[in-house]
Amino acid sequence: MEAIEILFTASLWAAAIRIASPLIFGTLGELICERAGVLNLGIEGIMTAGAFAGWLTVFLGGDLWLGVAVAAVVGALFGLLHGFLVVPLGLSQHVTGIGITLLATSLSYYFYRLIFPSVTSPPKIEPFQPWSIPLVSDIPIIGEALFRQTPLTYLAFAAVALVAWLLNKTPIGLAIRTVGESPSAAEAQGIDVTLVRMGAVMLGSALMGIGGSFITLSAFNSFFFEMMNGRGWICVALVVFGSWRPGKALAGALLFGAFDAYQLRLQQLAGAYVPYQVFLMLPFILSIIALIIMSRRAAYPRALMVPYRKGER
Amino acid sequence: MGNTTAGERETVLRLSGITKRFGALLANDDISLSLQRGEILGLLGENGAGKTTLMNILFGHYVADAGEIEVEGKVLPPGLPAAALAAGIGMVHQHFSLAENLTVLDNIVLGTESLWQFSSKSQKARTRIQQLAQEFGLEVNPDAVVASLSVGERQRVEILKALYRKAKILVLDEPTAVLTPQESAALFETLKRFVAKGLSIIFISHKLGEILAACSRVSVLRGGRLVAERGVEGVTRSELAELMIGRSIPQAKAGVQKAGDVVLGLRGIYARHNSQVLDGITLDIRAGEILGIAGVSGNGQSLLADVVSGVAVPIAGTLALKGAIISRTSPRVMVNHGVARIPEDRHAEGLISDMSITENVISESYRSAEIAKRGFINWKKARGFALKIIMAYEVKCPSPEARVRLLSGGNMQKLILGRVMANDPSLVLANQPTRGLDVGAVNYVHEQLLAARKRGAAILLISEDLDELLSLSDRVAVMFRGQLSNAIPRESTNIKDLGLMMAGHGFKTGDQSHAA
Amino acid sequence: MRLEPREKRSPAILVLYPVLALLASVIVCAALVMLSGASPLSVFGLMVKGAAGTTFAFLETLTRATPLIFTGLAAAVAFRAKLWNIGGEAQLYIGAVMTVVLGTGFLPLPQPILIPVLMVAAMLGGALVLSIPTFLKTRFGVDEVVTTLLLNFIAILFVSMLLEGVLKDPTGLGWPQSKKVIAEAQLPKLSQGKRLHFGFIIAIAAAIAVWIIDRKSTLGYEMRAVGHSPKAASFAGIPVNRVLAKTALLSGGLAGLAGMSEVTGLKGNLTLDLSPGFGYTGIVVAMLALMHPLGVIAAAIFVAAVFVGADAMSRTAGVPSYIAHVMVATSLLTMVTAIMFTRYRVRWR
Repeated sequence: MEAIEILFTASLWAAAIRIASPLIFGTLGELICERAGVLNLGIEGIMTAGAFAGWLTVFLGGDLWLGVAVAAVVGALFGLLHGFLVVPLGLSQHVTGIGITLLATSLSYYFYRLIFPSVTSPPKIEPFQPWSIPLVSDIPIIGEALFRQTPLTYLAFAAVALVAWLLNKTPIGLAIRTVGESPSAAEAQGIDVTLVRMGAVMLGSALMGIGGSFITLSAFNSFFFEMMNGRGWICVALVVFGSWRPGKALAGALLFGAFDAYQLRLQQLAGAYVPYQVFLMLPFILSIIALIIMSRRAAYPRALMVPYRKGER
Repeated sequence: MGNTTAGERETVLRLSGITKRFGALLANDDISLSLQRGEILGLLGENGAGKTTLMNILFGHYVADAGEIEVEGKVLPPGLPAAALAAGIGMVHQHFSLAENLTVLDNIVLGTESLWQFSSKSQKARTRIQQLAQEFGLEVNPDAVVASLSVGERQRVEILKALYRKAKILVLDEPTAVLTPQESAALFETLKRFVAKGLSIIFISHKLGEILAACSRVSVLRGGRLVAERGVEGVTRSELAELMIGRSIPQAKAGVQKAGDVVLGLRGIYARHNSQVLDGITLDIRAGEILGIAGVSGNGQSLLADVVSGVAVPIAGTLALKGAIISRTSPRVMVNHGVARIPEDRHAEGLISDMSITENVISESYRSAEIAKRGFINWKKARGFALKIIMAYEVKCPSPEARVRLLSGGNMQKLILGRVMANDPSLVLANQPTRGLDVGAVNYVHEQLLAARKRGAAILLISEDLDELLSLSDRVAVMFRGQLSNAIPRESTNIKDLGLMMAGHGFKTGDQSHAA
Repeated sequence: MRLEPREKRSPAILVLYPVLALLASVIVCAALVMLSGASPLSVFGLMVKGAAGTTFAFLETLTRATPLIFTGLAAAVAFRAKLWNIGGEAQLYIGAVMTVVLGTGFLPLPQPILIPVLMVAAMLGGALVLSIPTFLKTRFGVDEVVTTLLLNFIAILFVSMLLEGVLKDPTGLGWPQSKKVIAEAQLPKLSQGKRLHFGFIIAIAAAIAVWIIDRKSTLGYEMRAVGHSPKAASFAGIPVNRVLAKTALLSGGLAGLAGMSEVTGLKGNLTLDLSPGFGYTGIVVAMLALMHPLGVIAAAIFVAAVFVGADAMSRTAGVPSYIAHVMVATSLLTMVTAIMFTRYRVRWR
């Protein structure tokens, strides 16, 4: 059956990895925030702002990598705002996160409209080109899928390894994990809980920004409204699905990417019988199912969403 | 403070004029004390006297409003735990500051390496921990997850944390609250070993016997002030008790009373929740008697309380109240059957801190005909009920509308008592009812329990305080690893025997040499 | 830096801080307006005129506030019980679907009967949508934030599918829109020739009803207790899961009513652009109102004024109308901060 044959094509898996790439960044970013005990619901907005800022940088003549860097900085700035409001001030992480999403998104749209008041089709830039790694890219199927991606995808995979190593093998990773498990234990060992939490949120948000820039600088080449289409929220689900671990998060993102790529191709096959909306719904439904499956074994960081007030009686 | 006799010890720690206010409460009032090298100084005071506040200031968790701290002659920068640690102060907290889901190694190593360091040197750390463990007799497995450790083992990790950081001054805050009497004795021996190796120790406790057993000198805190300093050699228990409390409070004593019919009957109760189990619990409590349950924390007492409260549903076994078997337990069912429940955690379980006193007193009765009609609450009646309790139980509060969060621990407990005793319950479950309370409040709670007993209520008293159990209970039983011993009449047992049972003696699963 | 709970909250602080919060967001937006080259004063002047300068403008603001009152109430009810219902959009749309399924001729009933029937149907639709994530929360412990959010996307796709399929208007020239609701289903206008409709009255009534439930009823008490401390509430015998289920019914129902009100009072049929984010904006309204049901009315009118004013201003001054979204988002963040400062004092040691 053609539906099964698709699973063995290189193009499906190449698409899967491409779709997964921004999700990998976003999930890693949210994972770092949550391991430190902070829920960051600003992710959808931060990714949007990263997408816009990165794209704008390139549109104004900057280098593609400069665009990525700007996206990271913009992400970190929103992360700083979120971190400041929820860590030292102890505001509700849910409400602040939603507020940041609304703020980041509306600022992006405002500036976009300001700079391009009336455009019929969105202005374009020259995005990242695929970068074939010599030798390995010639392996049948796997080579085409894995090793002919854009540089940002390779960066995503590298990021997984870096974040895993950071969390598990370095003193700062131990500090991040502890403030998310038991802030009082961290304080008793001389760690400044506020600084570590805020630093983690800024780092995570920078990754989210980079994830957003993937959409405008690699996947597409322009910015338009409603671009994120819920990717940020899917990343939040993927963090749970990956049990807050980078390796599992990567697996989850790839699984999701594969499913999304598959669903797109199924549309072409079965579009006559089944409305295309059903296919588009499937990735979201899959995310919910993933959450249900993983909720049983939920290994929540124990101090997630618990504000830490130093010296409170 | 000025003799220069030969052999005088040097002062390693000096607190001068420490004062600390929390709003209107003066927790520490111009306290000055000093610690000599190589001594074990006892810091004695009842709950609320200001001992923990003082130590939190020492450790940098709080900043004092006035006063100064010197370690080995150098001034300690206030408010920075990192500075205290660097100066050689090691703190063993009463409620251990350990991250449960991390390993022993992680917990000990945290904060000892610079955050900018490239990679963690865990092999070196592991070796050093094992060396220290052997040197001081504190065996632990560095790769064990803290959540899997017993209370005694966790305390060892807390101590190792301090030793690993080369602490010169060790502060232990109520270290024996969670140990059996035998374990406490072992701890005192370990402390002597520390002192022989050059450490100086501050031992905080509200238990007179321990201070006298472990320390060479004692400073007494009362109402935020340092009221006395004595050498342990020449002082008596009653003298210390009077210094600690400042007035004589007659201790509540249980008179002899004949027990009536069985009120609560448990047969073969099996239950499981998180890491606690109940392994076939059978017991009877009769009207007009107090059954005390002793045991080291974590052996199933909390789960037993949860079952009787209706919060946990047993997997097997039967629970009967006044002879009638309850097929489906729930908090509401138990309340409707006349069970008064005083939970272990008054903040998180007993009361809703952000709601008012009025809203809290009706939390069990808001559906009853007295308070509500056809789904609408009569707030006037609710307020009246609250006022009644406030008066009858002398709850100190600004008004019935005040949020419970503002009340002191003792007043919160009085509120809970008022709420649950209002309907003359037939069974009272009191789980650690006097934990963290000052002597006055402790006595009040004891009196209320005895009064309920006199009225014919059956009382299940779970407590980690063996003195409390022995003075109030008619019979005492011990929980160990989910099993319950036979109930022994109070006159036939003592602290030593109970301590042995708490460590597993006489239980089928535990072997004689087990150390909790 | 440390935060310390205040013992007394003087009325002066309770009024001053929120005002400062709104002022702060106005200043931020003024800066953004200056970047566009326009003068902030004239822009804000145009916004005020556009929102309330004429009777027409003011009634337009109230019209725009109507769905926000419903979704604001929905968010307030849910958040009070700490049920994080971010899925107002989905509940609104399904409420609209129910309205259109029953109200385009399927039920030939007279107006005084049909309208309440449609209200109930819309509420049931919205309640059903929210009950799914709530069930997943109580049964499986799945966090409802993400599930309610994802359902928004699923619901929009579902509606799109229906509008291109079974609900499609055969006379609609091929556009994905539903048939118009029958005359008996339409909510009467409150003012001749203006867009303000009876839905506004229903919204006010709903706010009062929610207020009564919250303050006086056992359910309101239960919802508040569960919101503050599920552990203590459960210990006292309050059936936490059942309370959350009832909260979901009420909250989802209110959001569903928003959909019904827009269809039967304003648009007449269902299209994909029925709601420009009313569900999300409702969350902001609830927070600005400090989750107080009657405060929701005022907050909804304020937010509606910002949007209506910005639309009018944008046509004249050329500043992107997204300034309204920015203003609402900054108001949310500054307001939440201000509320915290009315409860806590900052200590520098």
